[in-house]
Amino acid sequence: MPLASYQTSVPVVVDDTKCIADKGCTVCVDVCPLDVLRISDMTNKAYMAYDECWYCMPCEADCPTGAVTVNIPYLLR
Amino acid sequence: MALDQIVDGLSEVSCDVLVIGGGTAGPMAALKAKLKNPKANVVLLEKANVKRSGAISMGMDGLNNAVIPGYATPEQYTKEITIANDGIVDQKAVYKYAQNCYSIIEELDSFGIRFLKNENGDYAVKKVHHIGTYVLPMPNGETVKKALYRQLRRARILISNRYMATRLVKSGDGRIAGAISVNTRTAEMLVIKAKAVILCMGAAGRLGLPTSGYMFGTYENAANSGDGYAMAYHAGAALANLECFQINPLIKDYNGPACAYVAGPFGAYTANNEGSRFIECDYWSGQMMLEFYNELLSGKGPVFLQLKHLHPDTISEIESTLHKVERPTRGLFQQGRGVDYRSESIEMHISEIGFCSGHSASGVFVDDNARTTVPGLYAAGDMASVPHNYMLGAFTNGSVAGIDAMEFADNHDFAEFDAADVAMERERVMAPTKREDGIPPNQIEYKTRRLVNDYLQPPKVTRKYELGMRRLAEAREDMQERMIARNAHELLRALEVQSIMDCADMAAHASLYREESRWGLYHWRTDFPEKDNENWFCHTLLSKQDGRMTSEKRAVEPYVVPIADDEKDLYDKQRIRASA
Repeated sequence: MPLASYQTSVPVVVDDTKCIADKGCTVCVDVCPLDVLRISDMTNKAYMAYDECWYCMPCEADCPTGAVTVNIPYLLR
Repeated sequence: MALDQIVDGLSEVSCDVLVIGGGTAGPMAALKAKLKNPKANVVLLEKANVKRSGAISMGMDGLNNAVIPGYATPEQYTKEITIANDGIVDQKAVYKYAQNCYSIIEELDSFGIRFLKNENGDYAVKKVHHIGTYVLPMPNGETVKKALYRQLRRARILISNRYMATRLVKSGDGRIAGAISVNTRTAEMLVIKAKAVILCMGAAGRLGLPTSGYMFGTYENAANSGDGYAMAYHAGAALANLECFQINPLIKDYNGPACAYVAGPFGAYTANNEGSRFIECDYWSGQMMLEFYNELLSGKGPVFLQLKHLHPDTISEIESTLHKVERPTRGLFQQGRGVDYRSESIEMHISEIGFCSGHSASGVFVDDNARTTVPGLYAAGDMASVPHNYMLGAFTNGSVAGIDAMEFADNHDFAEFDAADVAMERERVMAPTKREDGIPPNQIEYKTRRLVNDYLQPPKVTRKYELGMRRLAEAREDMQERMIARNAHELLRALEVQSIMDCADMAAHASLYREESRWGLYHWRTDFPEKDNENWFCHTLLSKQDGRMTSEKRAVEPYVVPIADDEKDLYDKQRIRASA
């Protein structure tokens, strides 16, 4: 069966103006228990690549510049 | 490079003691093993990152089972847990925990983790359980993981993050020889030879599907997909009382604790839609959950955690804990819904099912030295069978496991395993990456967990279970023949689905085996609605024998702490009586 991708609004939002992933920081990507954050090839900033979030907060709490915000996933908001 | 591109590779390393899982029990086990023999190599393998992995990723709001001199005795605690778990307890391990846990509290205190003290400098322990007093708040509980990590670095434990263990390997004579793992970002495989292995891989918390429909909105850390249960099973270890499911009263939709253990000691309580109490005690037992379930269905639901009668300062104090530690997004969730604890009660619901000894009693069978039935293989924490052991149990039993495993490693050489076992496992692991076309892991996972809800959730009906097992077998065939993983991250999820499927099969098999009802809601079989002490006052052990899932009875060890006849049913009397 062929695959389709489907749209999902992801709970973790990164403020590109504050994110310093382009300077080599990978803290949020490192600490995520579900391993859902990545650094974008295009922007060199962190982003949520997979919508598999436990809304647990290490990414937000450990970010050195306060660039990461964890929202409650839409389905359980 | 494409996202999470797959790299084909296989390498091998060795160590004396391998600890799998870096959440709560794992770091303590690794630390104690290393301190016992500082010359030995101890590897701590973690699917995520030890800094923030496991149930206590964001810390913990308190100890739920602290046996502190002056407040409780090991005898009293052992008695309470025996009664709370309907008598099916090997008391030796519980008693040993109760004796050792105070020294672990002092050790955690020396790591910089603070516990609530009163004006005299004594621990300020609170009462939540039915009989005794064991709950100790942790005002700076958000620092737990950081404090543990400092100790691991100081002791020079070798930490390998982002490696998911998939199977254990054994020698021809059945001794543990190591584990096979896969890198979750590259899919490269790593074989770790070890003289002893300690499994600290957490609960099977991604078994049922949350009612929100969001697959990762589980009560347990969603990374806890039951990999330890599946690995122990395939290694031939026995698993105890898996039919004693974990089901919790949680904030509806958010699916985290509200939490009665935090708010209860301040005067909060569980109430129905009429604002009335209906349970005697908020401690999480199967009997309490059954009353919760009955109330929800009685027309007197929804069920709430009631706080609004408390003084605003008290509510602020509760809030500061609930919104800072363990699940800090609780505050954000309530804010989003416009719920202020000062004017509105918290709507509660029943969680999905899972396996977890931390709260109930479903775990890999261990004795009082944390030994499983496989020589050289240990287990501790939520996945090991010591009942109701919570975070402090993970620390304490992790410590026991670490010390005993290092002693085992000091007295044994590496066991030899068959290279063919590694080749076979590599083929199994990589199979979803070799297919051009098929079903992605998220769809197989959703279907499997939806079937768990539809057919395995209590009340347990034999006919439903039989149908459920047929449906699960069909999903398993899809998983084995058609599942695809297009990158290393999808492969991680594909491997987790296989653990989830194994746990679903074990949940069904174990539940059908025990032909009685016990542990309240956890094992309520409508075809056998009564407790049957004559035939079923025993553990059940599930294991893989000649490739097949098998269950057998195991006698409960003679009690160390006797229970009087009139004490045995204290936890059966959870419903508040309408009249005197």
